[in-house]
Amino acid sequence: MFVLKLIFRNAFRHRLRSALTIVGVAIAVLAFGLLKTLVAAWYLGVEASSASRLVTRNAISLVFLLPASYQEKIRHVPGVTAVAKGNWFGGVYIDEKNFFPNFAVEPKPYLDLYPEYVLPPEERKAFLLDRKGCVVGRKLADRFGWRIGDLVTLRGTIFPGNWEFIVRGIYQPGRKNTDTTQFFFHWDYLDETMRKTTPRRAGQVGFYVVGLSSPDLAAEVSLFIDGMFRNSLAETLTETERAFQLSFVSMTEAIVVAIRIVSYVVIVIIMVVAANTMAMTARERIAEYATLKTLGFGGWHVAGVVFGESLVIAMAGGALGVLLTFPAADWIGAKLSQFVPVFQVSRETIALDLLAAFVVGAVAGIFPTWRGATINIADGLRRIA
Amino acid sequence: MAIPFSYSLRNLWTRRLTTVLTASGMALVVFVFAATLMLAEGLRKTLVATGSPDNMIVIRKASATEIQSGIDRLQASVVESLADIATGADGNPLFAKEIVVLISLPKRGSDKPSNVPIRGVTTASFALRPQVRLVEGRLPRLGSSEVIAGQSVAKRFKGAGLGETLRFGMRDWTVVGIFDAGATGFSSEIWGDADQLMQAFRRPVFSSLTFKLQDPSAMNATKDRLESDPRLTVEAKRETKYYKDQSEMMATFLSIMGMTLTVIFSLGAVIGAMITMYAAVANRTAEIGTLRALGFRRRSILLAFLLESVLLGLMGGLAGLVCSSFMQFLTISTVNWQTFSELAFSFTLTPGIAVRCLVFSLIMGFVGGVLPAARASRMNIVEALRTT
Repeated sequence: MFVLKLIFRNAFRHRLRSALTIVGVAIAVLAFGLLKTLVAAWYLGVEASSASRLVTRNAISLVFLLPASYQEKIRHVPGVTAVAKGNWFGGVYIDEKNFFPNFAVEPKPYLDLYPEYVLPPEERKAFLLDRKGCVVGRKLADRFGWRIGDLVTLRGTIFPGNWEFIVRGIYQPGRKNTDTTQFFFHWDYLDETMRKTTPRRAGQVGFYVVGLSSPDLAAEVSLFIDGMFRNSLAETLTETERAFQLSFVSMTEAIVVAIRIVSYVVIVIIMVVAANTMAMTARERIAEYATLKTLGFGGWHVAGVVFGESLVIAMAGGALGVLLTFPAADWIGAKLSQFVPVFQVSRETIALDLLAAFVVGAVAGIFPTWRGATINIADGLRRIA
Repeated sequence: MAIPFSYSLRNLWTRRLTTVLTASGMALVVFVFAATLMLAEGLRKTLVATGSPDNMIVIRKASATEIQSGIDRLQASVVESLADIATGADGNPLFAKEIVVLISLPKRGSDKPSNVPIRGVTTASFALRPQVRLVEGRLPRLGSSEVIAGQSVAKRFKGAGLGETLRFGMRDWTVVGIFDAGATGFSSEIWGDADQLMQAFRRPVFSSLTFKLQDPSAMNATKDRLESDPRLTVEAKRETKYYKDQSEMMATFLSIMGMTLTVIFSLGAVIGAMITMYAAVANRTAEIGTLRALGFRRRSILLAFLLESVLLGLMGGLAGLVCSSFMQFLTISTVNWQTFSELAFSFTLTPGIAVRCLVFSLIMGFVGGVLPAARASRMNIVEALRTT
């Protein structure tokens, strides 16, 4: 009990210094937590993908398309329950700054394959019936103030021209990590327009989303589909939705790695600051440690007092940082909603936050602890003079 | 009278451990600051250097990049019939009809696939891009399934090295040469015969038309003429501007991220400096009292402590800058979102970045030292002398 009391009293003896250190650790933990959350947001598509969906695309690369006739062939593969056509449309709304993902999809099978895009039955029906209709996510609709029945015009970058759509539905997230910044419209609308303007580009599909009756069949079915089209003009590459999403993340891996490294750098920075504080504190109290030893306390006892103080300060900072992380994440999530669709602090991040604070306290305390434990009584007392 | 400069300097020396720890905290912040600025600069520089100011590039209207663009043979020949296109040494016009597509190749080592641009070229392409030099092997023979690879592609991707083969479009393509295009986007590309590639990919349209004018100053007039021609749906740009536009999104992202991180990190470092300086003031209360008793002004004391703190910042700044200058040997390779293709670029240090880093470190030192220095200058002489 006495030791605990001593630790707490010591920790707050220099009120200004302790407060500054605590704030410093809190900022570092906050930055660390936010960076971790940002990295997690990068992997959102991977996390949100389902194990029972496959994506089939052209083996050469994403800019090459597949014939629409593949759909029926894929549908007949044993274990496949549904196939939906899809194309990356790449349309721009007014200005390039207003980026959001937009796809031409086959409405019915696509919505069936993605039950996490929750759409009220009447909106779903209105969308299916209107060939120029589109469905947008909750966040996207809020961002531009779109309501049901609004006319939206996108400028095509891959498919030339101005394309008009009528908002027929706004989907809600079915899960926490569902991306609600996307825009979907009828694949038939795209195809029929292309048939009129550039017939060469009609009947082409960017990717097929394939639904499986059981996730266990993923490997078998992928091999089967790719085998069917081997040595054809458009060879396919079929992988699970997760692997498909992961391939996007791995392309920008260098940036993710950089963010990861930087998130540890901030911890190192604050470790240096805290170590400096503890070193100064210990230097000022050498005489006290010697006095404690004179009174009969052992080296381990003194060491515990110094080490405990370092931990108390660091953990206080860590706790403050964790508390600040939640409002900060909400604020950033609202500000950056166009770049990162979902910005949520996970439980793992909080645990890592606290671990980081603990490590900072422990490392900062090593040198002063060693000094306190090994100080020679006579040397320590001589300092007073 | 001012307190001598050596007083501040020697104070830092006396408390070496603390000085080093505080300065290294700041050094890390400056390092992060410099690294992100250098990264954004490297990206911008690479893409700007890719274009030549005298070249003009034509792509389909509203398509921001060559990858999205498509120009059919009819429109291409309309553009080709422009009267004032420059003539090369061989007597042919300097006019290249090119096709650019992405192919997915696995990386060496990790086996993870990424998008590599493959450019179908003609003889004029080489004359238009003097920065492209063959370093190994030979040029591909026109009309054959031969390609040459840029240095950073050859190094990074499986099958792209000299003598290796790539398989796409139902054919095997032999890499017969490696070219170096310096720090430009071309180093991240594979080049082959345009007609062969169009056949293999079953893609009967060109991606872009690049040409040089006899009179480079006529560029704006030519641009207007092409864009107002009713037979064409194209846009024409100076090549440098075309490539600069491609760096915009990524460079902005990198700068914003770098700035945000640095501001947060610098708070930590400033707090570190503040703690150090407060301790320096507290330890030297009697000393400050003595100085005051000797007749030094409050202002001089304020200045001496501020100077000490700014020196601390400068040391950190220099150390951070020296560390970050070693980053110039590193090359980063990532997918540029705008073109969706892999691009290799390196950290680039410019004098402007160095100055910004040093100014930033001085500011950190100043902000950290101003409150403790004010406390030191406000001390009462008698009370300060009484403390032992």
